Amino acid sequence: MKKIALTLLLGFALPAFADRMPLPANTPASFKNECSSCHLAYPPALLTAPDWQRTMAGLKDHFGTDASVDATAHAEITAFLERNAGNKSKAGGAGEPPRITQTDRFVRKHREVPAKYWKDPRIKSAANCEACHTNAARGSYSEHEISIRELRD
Amino acid sequence: MRTLPLLGLLLISLASHAETPQQIRQTYAVEASVAQPAFTASAKRGETLFRQRFTNNDKMPACTSCHTDSPLKAGEHVVTGKAIRPLAVAANGERFSDPAKVEKWFGRNCKEVVGRTCTPAEKADFVAYMSEVR
Repeated sequence: MKKIALTLLLGFALPAFADRMPLPANTPASFKNECSSCHLAYPPALLTAPDWQRTMAGLKDHFGTDASVDATAHAEITAFLERNAGNKSKAGGAGEPPRITQTDRFVRKHREVPAKYWKDPRIKSAANCEACHTNAARGSYSEHEISIRELRD
Repeated sequence: MRTLPLLGLLLISLASHAETPQQIRQTYAVEASVAQPAFTASAKRGETLFRQRFTNNDKMPACTSCHTDSPLKAGEHVVTGKAIRPLAVAANGERFSDPAKVEKWFGRNCKEVVGRTCTPAEKADFVAYMSEVR
């Protein structure tokens, strides 16, 4: 009986956990400095290690921008991403070049968002997590915190 | 024994390489004076560069594409929507205080917006404008 109750509780707790993806405490400064100037410092768990490796190998043409970093930062950031990457079953493949927005998880989590919102000038780009997820910078992606009222819950 | 204090000094200078915008401007001005001996930085020319439209990049034809028409205001990355703090020193005291960071962003943004590296003279003018604009 106790076991069933625990399982039930866990079942409720898990979806909540999945909404919280704060950066690990030992996140190197280079990751924040280099990867959060033009966009949010995306949680490493959102891509698999091979997809992060491909991303890091292609920084010279990073979605149309030369985002190259020096060799020291490159090694440090790659190692950090590899250590904290998501697993294949959760994150899923991300296409070529790897895009978080093309992973199975992202697509599944956002399938209820009507197309018109993606084109909304307040959102600009699917890469702009903070446009809807008001606390994304702190690692919170809860559905209750979405800035666009119609899209909450 | 004499090397020890020297080593200490070197470590200090490496660890905290903070400078003032004036020092950073001066470094670029000295570099610029190699090619133009009479060079002095001009905030006015810096403003012209800030507002100039280039044909290199449709999405970001000018500095103002992301940094808005006023360096005193917060900007927004034109592609990702990420907030960008003001460029002007008067509005954001952290600007132009880390030479490596300044050089990195001139490197990236000149290539992306202007389509080439910026000259030391252009950099000195730009820093002058951002330091003086009120």
